[in-house]
Amino acid sequence: MLLKSNVQKWCGLLFAAILLLLLMCVSIVYGYTDTTWKMAVDAFTAFDGSNEHLIIQSVRLPRALIAAAVGASLAIAGVLLQTITKNPLAAPEIFGINAGAGFAVVVTVTLFSLSNLQIFTWISFLGAAVSFILVYIIGSIGRDGLTPMKLTLAGAAMSAMFASMTQGFLVINETALEQVLFWLAGSVAGRKLETLLSVLPYLIAGWGLALLISNKLNVLSMGEDVAKGLGLKTGMLKIWSGVIIVLLSGGAVAVAGPIAFIGIVIPHLTRAVVGIDHRWVIPFSALFGGILLLIADTASRFIIMPQEVPVGVMTAVIGTPFFVYIARKGFNK
Amino acid sequence: MRKYQSFRVFKEKISFLIDRKALAVVVLLLFVMAGVFIFSTGTGEMKISPINVVKVFFGGGTDMEQLVVQSFRLPRIIVSLMVGIGLAVAGGILQGIIRNPLASPDILGITGGASVAVVGFLAIFSDESNALTVSIQWLPVAAFAGATIIAFLVYFLSWKNGVSPIRLVLIGIGIYSLMKALTTLMMLLGPIYQASQANIWITGTVYGSNWSNVAILVPWILVLCIAAFILARNINIQELGDDIATGVGSNVQRYRFLLLMVSTALIGGSVAFAGGIGFVGLMAPHMARRLVGSSFGALLPASALIGGILVMIADLIGRTLFSPLEIPAGVFTASIGAPYFIYLLFKTRNG
Repeated sequence: MLLKSNVQKWCGLLFAAILLLLLMCVSIVYGYTDTTWKMAVDAFTAFDGSNEHLIIQSVRLPRALIAAAVGASLAIAGVLLQTITKNPLAAPEIFGINAGAGFAVVVTVTLFSLSNLQIFTWISFLGAAVSFILVYIIGSIGRDGLTPMKLTLAGAAMSAMFASMTQGFLVINETALEQVLFWLAGSVAGRKLETLLSVLPYLIAGWGLALLISNKLNVLSMGEDVAKGLGLKTGMLKIWSGVIIVLLSGGAVAVAGPIAFIGIVIPHLTRAVVGIDHRWVIPFSALFGGILLLIADTASRFIIMPQEVPVGVMTAVIGTPFFVYIARKGFNK
Repeated sequence: MRKYQSFRVFKEKISFLIDRKALAVVVLLLFVMAGVFIFSTGTGEMKISPINVVKVFFGGGTDMEQLVVQSFRLPRIIVSLMVGIGLAVAGGILQGIIRNPLASPDILGITGGASVAVVGFLAIFSDESNALTVSIQWLPVAAFAGATIIAFLVYFLSWKNGVSPIRLVLIGIGIYSLMKALTTLMMLLGPIYQASQANIWITGTVYGSNWSNVAILVPWILVLCIAAFILARNINIQELGDDIATGVGSNVQRYRFLLLMVSTALIGGSVAFAGGIGFVGLMAPHMARRLVGSSFGALLPASALIGGILVMIADLIGRTLFSPLEIPAGVFTASIGAPYFIYLLFKTRNG
């Protein structure tokens, strides 16, 4: 644990927030089209309709905002999942959310030959929500209700099923593969601001609710029996967590496609920095998630210019060495 | 009450405690496997009745039947059986030593390493017109090398006064994400033709297996399975946790390394010939656990048989249902396995 006292944590939170804002500015200014900081300021204060100003306003700004929002949402969803399943490997992608969204999109492309990003948004949100709800229902079947073990196994099974059916569709239909390959890799590029705005209410609701239940999650993480003994309604809490996870990861996958790795890694990184108190872990991991995705997205523009690397690839490339380092160092020190 | 039967040979040097119920399940699974094997051999473009299939096995049947069975169907069915066995046993071992129900060949990055090697192989050894410059026979070698290198990498990165399961799995998942990212990146950069070829491999298919594959794979898998079975009691001990395992006198690190090597070799051999068939390594051990309990002496054979049955059925569906189109077996392992698994989850009702 890096930050021990509350004062340190508040400072850390402030610092992370400033870093996030700074990275958003960097993401707006640097890219394939040459722009300067002055141009970026002018684009908002004295818009003159030039190409650069247009790019900043309609391409770079949405992209930066989307990266921050999606990163934050995935990270929080990861924290919640890891807490309610008590499994350090839990993440949205393992519970069939990404696989469900991917399947819905691929089915739409193959059966109805639609390939409009705006339509992908709602289709994938729907796919993600349906698949997670299915996992939840399957995980709660039986006398003992929702146990972490059953939830995890149901998630892994559904995820494998959707993923393999997606692969099946893609193997049969090569043109679909070409259309959705970029979507399947996850990207925050080429999305309009409206796409973000249309899911933003869900994301904000998710963030707020997550903060609200954070103290209850602390109780839950002491173990099911202890939590019940202390008077926590664990069933209710798990349902709320499920709702939040659907809102956040469904919204994220709807905007940016399946971006793996953030949901699994950021919670671990955050716990290494601030300890296991969820009241801190949730805001910190939101900021860290945004930061990682922004860095990955900005870097993705420069690797193979003028082409772009999908950001899902970059998050893994940047995050893995860091993650391996933290894992070796030990999480609990 | 369960009844146990002890079994001792070589003046009690080797002894097993056999659970009668588990034994019954294993025998039943053995029959199912034989049934699926014969049915699958007889089904396809040309139908052959089960009795004739058995006749062909013993040298009878018409020439045409002999040709179809021996040169087209048998190699492929044997390969799918072996691959299923290999992946399921490897998955069972990994879940035992990592003590996490999500552990599987994929999650440790081992299959991912093979995928990167294969996509890289296709990209490096292709000329302008997308023709391979070296023989496709080298593809399994590349896959095997990729899997092994990544397994060692994960092991050594996790080493710090010994390997703890949690570090192993976390580093494994980090490497897994990296491998997946690299695969996607290479598929995007290469021409779409290559992406589609690689995609078929990643999904997992036993299409085009021949007798020389069988000759390599069968001894490989069988020897390793026997090794795994002999080591099974050590998995049981490891499941209790490092402290207890050390306390009862097991050399935890040595056996962890050995078990990891056995499962890597099993995975490497399987993916080399059948690609990244998912789900089997993850779910076959869980299905077996619901049927025979979690003692590894019974668990490993049961999950091996379930794995073999799953992949054989998946391949059977893949080559017949949409005939003449070939669907890779990897598509169906999960589609048929998941519903059955969910049923088991529902039936036993105690997670």
